[in-house]
Amino acid sequence: MTSTQTLVREFITTTFPADGDDHPADMDLLEGGVIDSIGVLTLVTWIEEAFGFVVDDEDVVPENLGSIAGITAYVERKLQEAGNAA
Amino acid sequence: MNRYEHHLALAARRRPAHAAIVHAGGRTSYAELDAEANRFADGLVESAGFANGERCVLFLDNRVETAVGIFGTLRAGGVFSTINPTTKVDKLAFVLNNCEASVLFTQASLARVALAAAAQAPSVRKVVVLDGLAPDAPESAVSFEDFVAVRDPGVASRRHPGIDIDLAMLVYTSGSTGNPKGVMMTHKNIEHAATSITTYLEASDDDVVLSVLPLSFDYGLYQLLMCVKMGATLVLEKSFAFPQKILPLLASERVTGFPLVPTMAALIVQIRNFDPAWAASVRYLTNTAAALPPAHILKLQEIFPNARVYSMYGMTESKRCTWLPPEQLAKRPDSVGIAIPGTEVWVADDDGNRAPPNVVGELVVRGGHVMQGYWRNEEATAKTLRQGRYPWEKVLHTGDLFRMDEEGFLYFVGRKDDILKSRGEKVSPKEVENVLYALPGIREAALVGVPDPVMGHALKAIVVTDREDLDAKAILAHCRAHLEEFMIPRSVEFRDALPKTGTGKIRRSVLQAEAEGRALPDEEDAAA
Repeated sequence: MTSTQTLVREFITTTFPADGDDHPADMDLLEGGVIDSIGVLTLVTWIEEAFGFVVDDEDVVPENLGSIAGITAYVERKLQEAGNAA
Repeated sequence: MNRYEHHLALAARRRPAHAAIVHAGGRTSYAELDAEANRFADGLVESAGFANGERCVLFLDNRVETAVGIFGTLRAGGVFSTINPTTKVDKLAFVLNNCEASVLFTQASLARVALAAAAQAPSVRKVVVLDGLAPDAPESAVSFEDFVAVRDPGVASRRHPGIDIDLAMLVYTSGSTGNPKGVMMTHKNIEHAATSITTYLEASDDDVVLSVLPLSFDYGLYQLLMCVKMGATLVLEKSFAFPQKILPLLASERVTGFPLVPTMAALIVQIRNFDPAWAASVRYLTNTAAALPPAHILKLQEIFPNARVYSMYGMTESKRCTWLPPEQLAKRPDSVGIAIPGTEVWVADDDGNRAPPNVVGELVVRGGHVMQGYWRNEEATAKTLRQGRYPWEKVLHTGDLFRMDEEGFLYFVGRKDDILKSRGEKVSPKEVENVLYALPGIREAALVGVPDPVMGHALKAIVVTDREDLDAKAILAHCRAHLEEFMIPRSVEFRDALPKTGTGKIRRSVLQAEAEGRALPDEEDAAA
């Protein structure tokens, strides 16, 4: 099974191609100029489609969406919560 | 008749402890900002041998030191230019060479680009770097701390900096094709624009303005310039990417003024958990760069019940041209209003005469805010600045098409070359886009004309939506319900994002060129 982090990385590098796509997992994607403010929305839409849960407004913060590691942890946490609820 | 930096000294004297800038959780008082600007000015004079009229380019994020660089340069008798921190090496090198910059002020995170650009610009004597200097930096590079550690503090303030008709800043603006042009503004130009704008905003020294707009963008830059003029507080942030981090600052800093661009407004109106407390202290919102769709105006008024909403229009060449008095917004939500105080504007026909109401023509601007020209670009200057009423006067031909209603209010129609012709009728993309924006779920929209042997242009809507169930059929049905028949798009294309300029305007011209199968000029190619 493909890991969440691989999926996230693949999405980031195909949607926001940049010089040298080998971003460290903890790199700040906005500071690093990889994604911009509209990119955050594109990211949110993708997460909702790819993982099948709604990203709440209050979840759209740098801690959750600012880096590949952050996105991975956020998605896995949400999936786990959904799994527990079901 | 004072130079613009005079406002900083005045504010520091009048209310030294008052916060000038709140940034990243820190507060900088007027006394501190004034002292730092003096130190930077001393550094320019002593460490860089800066002479009156020399240029200092600021290649920095939105941060306190950018303001220090701006006022410090003016205090040293110089000319500043703030450059967008996302600028790449070639363009930065072009700017440095174009304005023959003597000093480049940057930060460690941008030093790679800055030093590479400076290496191509022989005029640059010093590159001043904040946040630490890499050990392998070239000899021309100096840390900020070393730069301002002068032997003779106060050296800059003992010199005569110049007078108010001196050049104060160059604002680089992208041409539709080719290289950026440096808009030349004197101290007097800035004073005129800032006085006019603060007049209609009814600005006071109690204001707290929250700005996420880059200081390299004149709309963002003027937030700082006007706050300093008033002795007010600027809450300076870098980006609106995470609105949930920014919007609570409205409440915690008791923000009174919140300048927006349409993309920000589009984000704000979609937020589901908007806390009314965030909006409570805000007494005005402003919008410029592109018109707000009327649907977003209504929604903003609803979520900011205490705020007056100002729709404005401007271009870098005169800073701001028009404003709509907020009480007119309900009556004419799509108007950008009247000339800003102390200036004149009119719609000119093809012969340059004032056109009667409801006739579309080019907007012409007259006043003390009109630029002196483009830096060392006489050809572009001659096209834009034309002979005015008096032998010494130039008026600004904006290249933007407007119409005026019978009561004198102006409506943006499009860029001179924006108008599409479909079935022989003129179609303003703006008008169709406004209708598209009124449909819930449409986040971005652009109308292009696809060449068609029968219709001239077959209209195509290109949209970004966040509603899965919104299909082409529903969008066309909505257009059909709101537009005259010749304006209804023939097709709809869905995309994840539309190309934008550095300041967030949708680059319709890129999409239009694509629709026509035209090759894009280099710059547009890269940005698309």
